[in-house]
Amino acid sequence: MATYVAKPLAPTQDKRWKLVDATMRRVGQHSRGLIETLHTVQESFGYLDEQALRYVAMSLRVPLSRAYGVATFYHFFTLKPAGEHTCVICLGTACYIKGGPQLLETAQHDLSVEPGATTTDGAVSLVTARCIGSCGLAPAVVYDQDIAGKVTSQSLHEHLQKWTRHDN
Amino acid sequence: MTTEELDQIAATENEARKRIPHRVNVCVAAGCLSCQSQLVKDAVAAEITRRGWGDRCQVKGVGCMGLCAEGPLVATSSAQLYQHVAATDAGELLDSLDGPPVARLHCRTDVPFFQRQKKIVTENCGVIDPERIEDYIAAGGYRALLQALTDMTQQQVIGEITVSGLRGRGGAGYPTGLKWSTVYKAVGTQKYAICNADEGDPGAFMDRSVLEGDPHRVLEGMIIAAYAVGASEGYFYVRAEYPLAIKRLKIAIRQAERLGLLGANICGTRFSFKVELRLGAGAFVCGEETALIASIEGKRGTPRPRPPYPAMEGLLGQPTLINNVETYANVPPIIRNGGAWYAGIGTEQSKGTKVFALTGTIRNTGVVEVPMGITLREIVFDMGGGIANGKKFKAVQTGGPSGGCLPADCLDMPVDYESLAKAGSIMGSGGMIVMDETSCMVDVAKYFMDFCMTESCGKCVPCRVGTYQMHRILTAITNMTATEADLTVLEELCDLLKHASLCGLGQSAPNPVVSTLRSFANEYRDHIHNHKCSAGVCGKRPAEVSA
Repeated sequence: MATYVAKPLAPTQDKRWKLVDATMRRVGQHSRGLIETLHTVQESFGYLDEQALRYVAMSLRVPLSRAYGVATFYHFFTLKPAGEHTCVICLGTACYIKGGPQLLETAQHDLSVEPGATTTDGAVSLVTARCIGSCGLAPAVVYDQDIAGKVTSQSLHEHLQKWTRHDN
Repeated sequence: MTTEELDQIAATENEARKRIPHRVNVCVAAGCLSCQSQLVKDAVAAEITRRGWGDRCQVKGVGCMGLCAEGPLVATSSAQLYQHVAATDAGELLDSLDGPPVARLHCRTDVPFFQRQKKIVTENCGVIDPERIEDYIAAGGYRALLQALTDMTQQQVIGEITVSGLRGRGGAGYPTGLKWSTVYKAVGTQKYAICNADEGDPGAFMDRSVLEGDPHRVLEGMIIAAYAVGASEGYFYVRAEYPLAIKRLKIAIRQAERLGLLGANICGTRFSFKVELRLGAGAFVCGEETALIASIEGKRGTPRPRPPYPAMEGLLGQPTLINNVETYANVPPIIRNGGAWYAGIGTEQSKGTKVFALTGTIRNTGVVEVPMGITLREIVFDMGGGIANGKKFKAVQTGGPSGGCLPADCLDMPVDYESLAKAGSIMGSGGMIVMDETSCMVDVAKYFMDFCMTESCGKCVPCRVGTYQMHRILTAITNMTATEADLTVLEELCDLLKHASLCGLGQSAPNPVVSTLRSFANEYRDHIHNHKCSAGVCGKRPAEVSA
């Protein structure tokens, strides 16, 4: 007996689901658009949670295992919410030989978190990148969206302090 | 769109340019943007408005001018190049247009870094506004496309590419003409053309420079390729880490569609081609063509055994052409000037030019385009200005995690596909990272092995387990706890991965180890027997290094 599976309703009233729906329409509700859709979810919500994965998987008619597989295979997707600020330390080859690892050490020490994690107060996420393509400015760090070149442990330290200081 | 209409657009553009005598070109590629070049551009624009110079001077955002380390770079119509420009320099820059140059910011262009370059792919980078199609057309753009569509048959286009001797610029160096003709001959209900812009090699950013500085050139090359092989749909697969390149590509696609250079019945011919953008999601293995196809299909990016090659069975099982950004960017000039012209540049086996991202502990870091056959010494010491801080040259790494480290005695070797392969490295996509005596080669090998281990997709055992084993041994060596027996196992693993892995990632993962073992075996032995790291990198905890 064939059952008709209707497109599921958005998990919440949140307007951002409309963006996700728009992407799914653009890819023709086809499983081929899975990565595109996950990009939109992450762009809109900041990360992919179980609710979002279930909704996208059902809408595009792919097994949840496949949606989860794709979400965890690609480094770009994250299943946890990011902190208020994000500090990306580039560890591409050029940055690596010009002191990227020392910068990472500084950041880990200052924030007391491992790469890929967020400080307990949710202020800063520490992330490493494979190469952000700013090799001419090595070593590079991305503070939120801004790329900073020729970073030193000192300047990194100062920048992170600004984010973690709770004056108010 | 006809050639006459293109000429019309170019004429209008040049006319408008003639009316304004002065021009200030500010680099707005990612490198300079991260040194606040947007503020410089805004400041110059504000200063022009303040002075009421609207009809005298125009400010333009352009692509990469090459010398990324000295940014923000600004070029003026008084034929001066300025470095380290700040927003506060706007007034002085405008004053210099009719007067003497600003000596304080002056950047010499009569040096080998600029003089030794041969610009084909990057000829428009740093000259045209990448966000305006009119600028590209005024620089001779889309003429090649019209020529191919109206005056040439598909076989003629492929023939021209074959004559040129162009080889894939993604790294492997497969003859482009041969690839095109395979896809052309393949039978399928529909054919696809894909542009691989998933520049994942750490230390390589040439493709990004081209996409940010001259996106229309890549697009034009791809449309010509699609015509030649008979593809009706295409995909740009771009790294999500390159937001600016993505933005400019989107603009380029929209502009080309508006002028009828892309879409249904291009330029009134029977040829239709539509292009979509697909974002990568941070998986190095997706640079491998079958993995890339899987990713476009919305799956995990795992490779599959070849054959069948994508040229026969690619995207959705249909014949698919996959070329890299730089390969496509070479196509328009080849069609315009003929394959024989291109074949006249470079060496016997490697024709044309190659764009390199020159980085590391070198004085002039940035993007250079050089003719094939130039020596490494010329690139590193003449153009790159040698090692900064008076340190000694140790090695140059080419080809990313699939390449190798070339020692000083390889410096006089010509740069072409065969020579690099013979020396134990590969051409790769074009990253060239120079290292001095403060880099430990074992540590560098460990770095690349860590990369390959993390990036291994996990499908085949030799790669998944082998990279882990190799990384474990390399870590032991750098911790001074390894034995001679470990070294033997390491060498065996190199051989195993090379021959038993499924795709290029695993097959080439041992390359950094093999090449450093070949040229820097004494460093490995020093670590194992004398518990000594001559570069002073290993054996210490990172905290001590930074202190």
